[in-house]
Amino acid sequence: MIKKTFELIGEYILLMKRVFTRPEKWKIFWKQCVMETEKLGMTSISLIGVISIAIGAVLVIQTAYNIENPFIPKMYVGYMVRESLILEFSCTMVALILAGKVGSNISSDIGTMRLTEQIDAMEMMGINSANYLILPKVVSVCLFNPLLMLFSFMIGILGGWLIVAATGMITLSQYATGLRFAFNGYYIVYAITKMVAFSFIIVTVSALYGYSPKENSMEVGRASTRSIVAICLLILIVDLLLTQLMLN
Amino acid sequence: MISVQNINKFFGPQQVLSDISVDFEEGKTNLIIGASGSGKTVLLKAIAGLHTIDSGRIFYDKTDFTGLGEKQRKAIHQSMGMLFQGAALFDFATARENVRFPLDFFTDWSLARKNDRVDFCLNRVNLGDIGDKYPSELSGGMQKRVGIARAIAMNPRYLFCDEPNSGLDPQTAIVIDRLISELTHEFKMTTIINTHDMNSVMAIGEKVVFLYQGKKEWEGSKEGVLQANNKALNDFVFASEMARLLKEPRS
Repeated sequence: MIKKTFELIGEYILLMKRVFTRPEKWKIFWKQCVMETEKLGMTSISLIGVISIAIGAVLVIQTAYNIENPFIPKMYVGYMVRESLILEFSCTMVALILAGKVGSNISSDIGTMRLTEQIDAMEMMGINSANYLILPKVVSVCLFNPLLMLFSFMIGILGGWLIVAATGMITLSQYATGLRFAFNGYYIVYAITKMVAFSFIIVTVSALYGYSPKENSMEVGRASTRSIVAICLLILIVDLLLTQLMLN
Repeated sequence: MISVQNINKFFGPQQVLSDISVDFEEGKTNLIIGASGSGKTVLLKAIAGLHTIDSGRIFYDKTDFTGLGEKQRKAIHQSMGMLFQGAALFDFATARENVRFPLDFFTDWSLARKNDRVDFCLNRVNLGDIGDKYPSELSGGMQKRVGIARAIAMNPRYLFCDEPNSGLDPQTAIVIDRLISELTHEFKMTTIINTHDMNSVMAIGEKVVFLYQGKKEWEGSKEGVLQANNKALNDFVFASEMARLLKEPRS
């Protein structure tokens, strides 16, 4: 187990060494970045939007239900929803959701290319396949996911506003006051930093599992599953580390 | 010429290539034959640089390929073309884009010039009209031909073909064999073909190397294959009922 873990870390370092080299042609690289942004980022917008609106609404109901003490102002519902969304949901939870969607997509795509010798075909041409296939994904996901996180935050707030408007459990002005109360801009920086780190993990770890040699199609599926498990664990560990580093 | 000297290859404790030395002749179709698991594909991929070898040397003309740095290996790779067993066409690209792929990377040609070259390659494999189709829309034989067109796009000096006839009907297999042979002579390439199809050996084989359990058991001409006094080779060559029936009158 320990030996395998160290082997995997070694493989990861060697792969990253090949990934982070100068692209063969910048024109092809930027074209790939745009394509990957469309494929891995834009297609996640609806999923993240639906989940965020629902979570924002649920957070409002749960928080309002738990603040029954008349001495606690109702505007704290808005405050709690904002803090929960920006500190944890819109970055960590969204990253875990994207680990499933984007991570499995990358792992199975690259795994299938490995199995069907498409990667060998690139290497035969003299193309650094790791650089060509993985670097544009790293760049596009690390740039686009923070935007996705901000989108999730805003949609979550909107979800809360909708449920407040629909149920009247608190007034809209109380909710709005809570949203503006004691706002700390540093939390946005913290959340974006976390999201960039998580995005890097999602792409590189799923690529590692996809890129390793495959004998049959079952191994592609297994690699995809293993990559998601590894990504989720790493996200949680890095979440702890970054929180300790940036908020303590 | 490609020269292989004393190469050994292990996968874990298992030795898959054992002290193989052979010269593959320039401008000819060199065939590596042998049963499944004899090490043909590993040998071909080792020569092409897709597998590292544990010992031995591989020379491209006078250049020691095994001793080269990544940059120099890359330069030699650009003079190679390879047809893979399953064609290995890029699923995300049309047939035209597949053929243009190496040109986009390694030439500074204008789009018009690249398209001319793509048209030439596709026409050369008699597929001038399917350029806009994706690999999934092509038959196995067409995919192989697009694979050949892609392999010759950069005008390579060395062509490698891994089981070019696998999964094809006999008539399509003959078309592919002829095409590879014609291109070899037309572009004066050193071609190495991996096969267990004896029809290919008889149709286009100019030099034949027989592998048996990871070792070079025999090498010679296609005529020599039928007359060789080697049990492993005879067992392989005359394994089919048809081949045995053809042999019996002679014996």
